[in-house]
Amino acid sequence: MRRLPANLLIGGVLVALVVGFAALSLVWTPHPEGLLNIRGKFAPPSATYWLGTDQLGRDLVTQLMAGARNSMTVALVAVLLGGSIGTLLGLLASAIGGWVEDLVMRFADISFAFPTLLFAIMLAAVFGPSLQNAVLAIAFINIPVFARVSRAAANQIWTREYVFAARAAGMGRFAISRDHILPNIAAPVIVQATIEFAVAILAEAALSYLGLGAQPPASSWGRMLSEAQTLLYLAPQLAIWPGLCIVAAVLGFGLLGDGLRDITDPRLARER
Amino acid sequence: MGLFLLRRTIGFVLTLFVVSIVVFAAMNILPGDPALTILGLDASDDALEALRRQLGLNEPLVTRYFAWVGNALQGDFGTSHSFRVPVSALIAERLPMTISLALAGMTMTLLIALPAGILAASKHRKPADWGVMFISQLGIAVPAFWLSILLVILFAVKLRWLPPGHFPGWSDPVAAIRALILPTVALGLVQSSVLARVTRSSALEVMRLDFVRTARATGLSRRRVLWRHVLPNALVPIVTIVGMQFAAVVTGTIVIENVFSLPGLGRLVFQSISNRDLPTVQALVMMFAGIVVTANFIVDLLYVMIDPRLKART
Repeated sequence: MRRLPANLLIGGVLVALVVGFAALSLVWTPHPEGLLNIRGKFAPPSATYWLGTDQLGRDLVTQLMAGARNSMTVALVAVLLGGSIGTLLGLLASAIGGWVEDLVMRFADISFAFPTLLFAIMLAAVFGPSLQNAVLAIAFINIPVFARVSRAAANQIWTREYVFAARAAGMGRFAISRDHILPNIAAPVIVQATIEFAVAILAEAALSYLGLGAQPPASSWGRMLSEAQTLLYLAPQLAIWPGLCIVAAVLGFGLLGDGLRDITDPRLARER
Repeated sequence: MGLFLLRRTIGFVLTLFVVSIVVFAAMNILPGDPALTILGLDASDDALEALRRQLGLNEPLVTRYFAWVGNALQGDFGTSHSFRVPVSALIAERLPMTISLALAGMTMTLLIALPAGILAASKHRKPADWGVMFISQLGIAVPAFWLSILLVILFAVKLRWLPPGHFPGWSDPVAAIRALILPTVALGLVQSSVLARVTRSSALEVMRLDFVRTARATGLSRRRVLWRHVLPNALVPIVTIVGMQFAAVVTGTIVIENVFSLPGLGRLVFQSISNRDLPTVQALVMMFAGIVVTANFIVDLLYVMIDPRLKART
């Protein structure tokens, strides 16, 4: 068997760790979530509190695990939502062509004028800041990304002989899209989804840090950092761990995506 | 060239037009009564009606849209509910901060990324290359706001060399520049990771071409070949990314201004969100989106100046 690329291995391990912690937090955390213990605030790491406690005496490990769960949930929902709408649009554009394709692609061009943050700002201004709005903003930004990727990949498949054969046999455009195009563009779409997962984690952290995402008392790595920032002179260690978690998760999904691309599409594997 | 310029300019204006519709629609069509938002739930019906009339909320949407765009084109973005001054005055007051931060961040990005990318390409598969690739991989995963916090812990809390935030104003230039050092580094370091990687892979591709070998064969030094022949030819993908990054740096200032409490547009937009100051948010979002679109437009024009062959394909 061929040796797996290093980025795939390292990325896989990091992703497994983060997803594992997130899943574990559903059934077990070292301490109950959100349990306050004001007398035990700013406790140093110990056998009871492995990484110590925060300004309200909450266990840091427990909060980080809940943060992992929040991060994974947001990224999963946002990428699934934006990814499926985008992929559907890309498939449609490629199947119908003509003005529909032009319209979808112009829409994609224009939505690049709205970075996630701007979109989230608009939603927060109208509806008030909330985690749902952050998810919507991240999902929306994913639509044009997936529309482009799936359209480009689908256009290639439409020129294949088995698609010509299916058309000659009288199969409709939408049936062909479902039975032949979609399965064959799955690889680039999944690779993109993995990379967008990393982008979504970063976006959720930034939005929650800015107060546009997870609201108290929900745990989020970004929110933990914004709380820790007010205590830098008192307890700088609180600002270290949530950041490391974000980096591990983003790095993990990013490397995993690169690795998956390298093995599914060797032509794209750039000289390393 | 004239036709190309005309087509691109028309496309640019059309995009701005559509973007303005999107911004206006998002802030106005969505359910919710701005008058209620401003005055609160216990406002009297008369007061609500008076405010609606004052804000023009009883007019049809299309009329309001064209009034907004028409006034905006003349520099009138309406009046801020919370600051009770024209939005344009607020913007004029804070724009210099955001622009200086964005330009400084972009300069920092280029100063780090271009040499690092060229170095990695010239030392391909040697320790220097691995070092650049490793650090840049890490840099892509580091959120700018966390990097800012780490810089504050090190340089403000521990070493006490630089202030942790707040802007003293330009009346004391030394203090002002000191206050901008950490924000600039935080903006530039993160962005340079992406650019260094693009520079490296683009340079590696050019280095494989025949004319580079010929240049070397004529006796030019490696260094001269790199800077005079490889870099100019590797510029097209680099310029694409720089254009996208300028947009990222401008929106990055929104985050960084909030981390360091700098009085720019990014801080203003958050104050306006907390105050439910919709006209201000609407004007600022339109401005940021406009900057992103303009950056992309300029990149399109730069392409053709760098590589005239692309003109035929557009």
